[in-house]
Amino acid sequence: MRFVESFGYRKGGEDVAMIGFLILFPLVVALVLLLVKQNQARNVIVYVSAAAIAVVSIGFCLANLGSGWVGLQFYTPIVDYACMAISVALAAVILYFGILYRNVPTIVLAVVQVVGSAVFELGFAHGVHVAESLYFDSLSLLMAFIIGVVGTGICVYALGYMEDFQAHQPEGTKDRRPMFFAIMFAFLSAMYFIVFSNNMLWLFTGWEVTTVCSFLLIGFTRTDEAIKNAFRQIIMNIIGGIAFLVALYCIVLQVGTLSLREFIEVGSAYPIIVMLPVCCLALAGLTKAAQMPFHTWLLGAMVAPTPTSALLHSSTMVKAGVFLLVKLAPVFNVCPLPSIMVVLVGGITFLLCSFMAISQSNAKRVLAYSTIANLGLIVACAGVGTPEAVWAACFLILFHAIAKSLLFLCVGTAEHHIGSRNIEDMDLLFERMPRLARFMMLGIMVMFIAPLGMLMAKWATLVSFADSGQIALVIILGFGSAATFFFWAKWLGKLAGIAACDKNVELDVHKSEWTALMLMVVLAVLACVGLPVISTFLIEPYVCSVAAVVANPTLMALYAFGGQDISGTNLWISALLAVIVIVMLFAGVGRRGKEKPAQIYLAGASVDNDRRTFRNSLSGETAATSRNWYLDSTFGEARIKPVGEWMCGILIVVALVLSTTGLPILM
Amino acid sequence: MLNESLVFTIVGIVAFAVIAPVLGCLLAGVDRKVSARMQGRVGPPILQPYYDVRKLLEKETVAVNSSEVVYVGCALLFTFIAGGIFYSGGNLLMSIFVITLAALLFILAAYCTRSPYAEVGAARETLQVMAYEPMVLFMAVAFFMGTKAILGVGTFNVSGVFFLGVPLITNIWLVFLGFLFVLTIKLRKSPFDLSMSHHAHQEIVKGVTTEMSGRTLAMVEVMHWCENILFLGWIGMFFVWANPVSLLVALVVVLAVYFLEIWIDNNFARVKWQLMLKSAWIVALVAGGLNLIVLAYL
Repeated sequence: MRFVESFGYRKGGEDVAMIGFLILFPLVVALVLLLVKQNQARNVIVYVSAAAIAVVSIGFCLANLGSGWVGLQFYTPIVDYACMAISVALAAVILYFGILYRNVPTIVLAVVQVVGSAVFELGFAHGVHVAESLYFDSLSLLMAFIIGVVGTGICVYALGYMEDFQAHQPEGTKDRRPMFFAIMFAFLSAMYFIVFSNNMLWLFTGWEVTTVCSFLLIGFTRTDEAIKNAFRQIIMNIIGGIAFLVALYCIVLQVGTLSLREFIEVGSAYPIIVMLPVCCLALAGLTKAAQMPFHTWLLGAMVAPTPTSALLHSSTMVKAGVFLLVKLAPVFNVCPLPSIMVVLVGGITFLLCSFMAISQSNAKRVLAYSTIANLGLIVACAGVGTPEAVWAACFLILFHAIAKSLLFLCVGTAEHHIGSRNIEDMDLLFERMPRLARFMMLGIMVMFIAPLGMLMAKWATLVSFADSGQIALVIILGFGSAATFFFWAKWLGKLAGIAACDKNVELDVHKSEWTALMLMVVLAVLACVGLPVISTFLIEPYVCSVAAVVANPTLMALYAFGGQDISGTNLWISALLAVIVIVMLFAGVGRRGKEKPAQIYLAGASVDNDRRTFRNSLSGETAATSRNWYLDSTFGEARIKPVGEWMCGILIVVALVLSTTGLPILM
Repeated sequence: MLNESLVFTIVGIVAFAVIAPVLGCLLAGVDRKVSARMQGRVGPPILQPYYDVRKLLEKETVAVNSSEVVYVGCALLFTFIAGGIFYSGGNLLMSIFVITLAALLFILAAYCTRSPYAEVGAARETLQVMAYEPMVLFMAVAFFMGTKAILGVGTFNVSGVFFLGVPLITNIWLVFLGFLFVLTIKLRKSPFDLSMSHHAHQEIVKGVTTEMSGRTLAMVEVMHWCENILFLGWIGMFFVWANPVSLLVALVVVLAVYFLEIWIDNNFARVKWQLMLKSAWIVALVAGGLNLIVLAYL
């Protein structure tokens, strides 16, 4: 561990430069895009800068492969002042919209937050100096890879999508695309700031920037619904932001530091001291990760243009929430109260949102519920806090980012070409949009079936829950996974339907959309097949590096061995099986064979097989129809949503109350 | 990087692909014979399933589309792999996940035809997977915790049973009973043969396999034989311990369980999906949950 650190100091300068580029460059691009009104120029700028960000991100990851925690000696008061200026600017934006749309709760919360953070920054945090304000470790690298490749891929996709979007707007609507792309890039910058800041005040600033960026993106269309949902998002996330602020106050007052690393050190050694701040940070993470009862903001975010959803769901925003929780995992391991809260809220959210996904026919809504459910699982893993659970959480983050962005982009493109986002209307997509349908099928399979991606991570999750005796989570995972199988399989089935002679409607999909889609497919395939390699070079180094960060001998011993609990052989077997499935999907199905064609059975003479019409008993024509099962009476929202909201809400309140009173019994 | 157990697994897969169809075929023959006797008939010869499949293979290739056979072929391949992993002593969870993949591909084979009857069958089959999956996962976790309770260290490797001083049935018998319940769904025996029934009185159009014929249907038959052999292996696993005699005990239990399944199959009428889902989940929650709690905390 000492070797790693000295190694880090030696080449610290270059690393700071790279990180500085990743944080500042997207910001500069955002400013430029705000000013560029011309389409062609924007396309070039977005393509080039996306490529630059992706290349630097990948280069940075590769250059530091297998690295542990590397603190970077970097401190300048300029960043502190910039952070303060940003918080004021953000508050101004929120207040402007709050007053414009007369939303009182938002105004109140924004005022509380800006006053709170001003007092904190000028008063309490003023004397606290963090020497290593920037850092990176393998988890930051993983996140940087996701932001830099998946995130920019979505920005490229948005070029073509927003062109269609603008074309669908009524005549004379103002072209607000410069704003849209500027926010997208600012978002990326904020995310980099979050994953590389060891100074928690900086981290908090990045956190707030993502909140406001997603507020602006959700409200982008300015329809009544969009504005309503944007305000719901901002209210829920400011609650999280205030919780974060409370945590910062506690940390400075109790621990006397603002360094994330020192906080984790102290927290792992003396969990009783940090109970309240950890609970507050957990609450902040839960709101950002859209866990029940805060999940409605992510559902509401669907009103935004699809690239926004893809960005929020896969590489940014919600991932910031789980990133923070995974970072805190070692503290959860020794601090029962916040751990129980996080584990149960995550587990319940996973289970109930998987159930509710069954009852949805709107593709984006299914994706949203699946996102919330998977985040729940990641949150639960973080709450358990064993090395195995952290290993699983990291893989869940990676695979979810790739598969979910692929799926959102597919649904977005399909929506523009078939005019619907309803799964029932995706009948025959396999013929109408052959390439897109296969991409979508791959994305779905990566989400839920072994040996592809997500399920390997779920496998590790199950093992870690079983090993640490978390029976409640094992049971939740069992039922949740069964529901997951059902809602994905029926969607997959809808896509798989084949009938000849339907018109191919995917010929005029924008090149930029194909570029991004292909990128996601390649990433998905590489990640599934290369899972053992990723484990060795990225995930295990992170888990091991936690041992060097914590100051608790038990935890050190626990984390020192890495967290992989699926043996190498099994990982390789599944990599091989993944190859078979991918070959089947792209080279096996959908070819024209030599077999004698047959009519499907329709309980009458077939008239038109593709339209499923047959001759009925009165010699007329009847069309056979079939729809998927949505089991609304069993798994409907009306039935399940209140249960989850109440359970999780009560859990959070009880945990917060107990942590403020600091009940020593819970130690 | 690829150690010898990968080679061992591949050998196991090949061996399973050769042996399981033979055993499965005989089992299917016995099934039909015993069923016939229960219904007061003489029944076909034991080798009838083999004759049926041979005839199917000789038929002209007629199909709604050419993808169906690809899906079914892959499903069969993954069934071999799942069986091979299990019988070579590999990871139980891996075996479960791979057989679930086979189940999914079988479902897709039905969906891809766009036949309304096949789609209904496929939807029901999906529902059946959802009904039995929790109990199957709990069985795997109970296997892990059960070996942990006996050996002191838990394992998901099936070969672990040969190190046990006492068989797993002694500490996870409740899970065994729960698994016995969902086994009926997995074997698609009445009353849980919603997706596809082999009883003419319950089904006129043949659910998932409505559009399958010739070679494709033959592969489906072989797949079911192999599945049966695999699932019965899961049953036998509960009764094996370090003593070689235990293999014999396991065989006897397996045959008794299969007889029980045939008896159930012939004595119950098909239920609705609500009852299937509810009962399977309650059984999983009670049998699986209780047993796991006892293992973890007592």
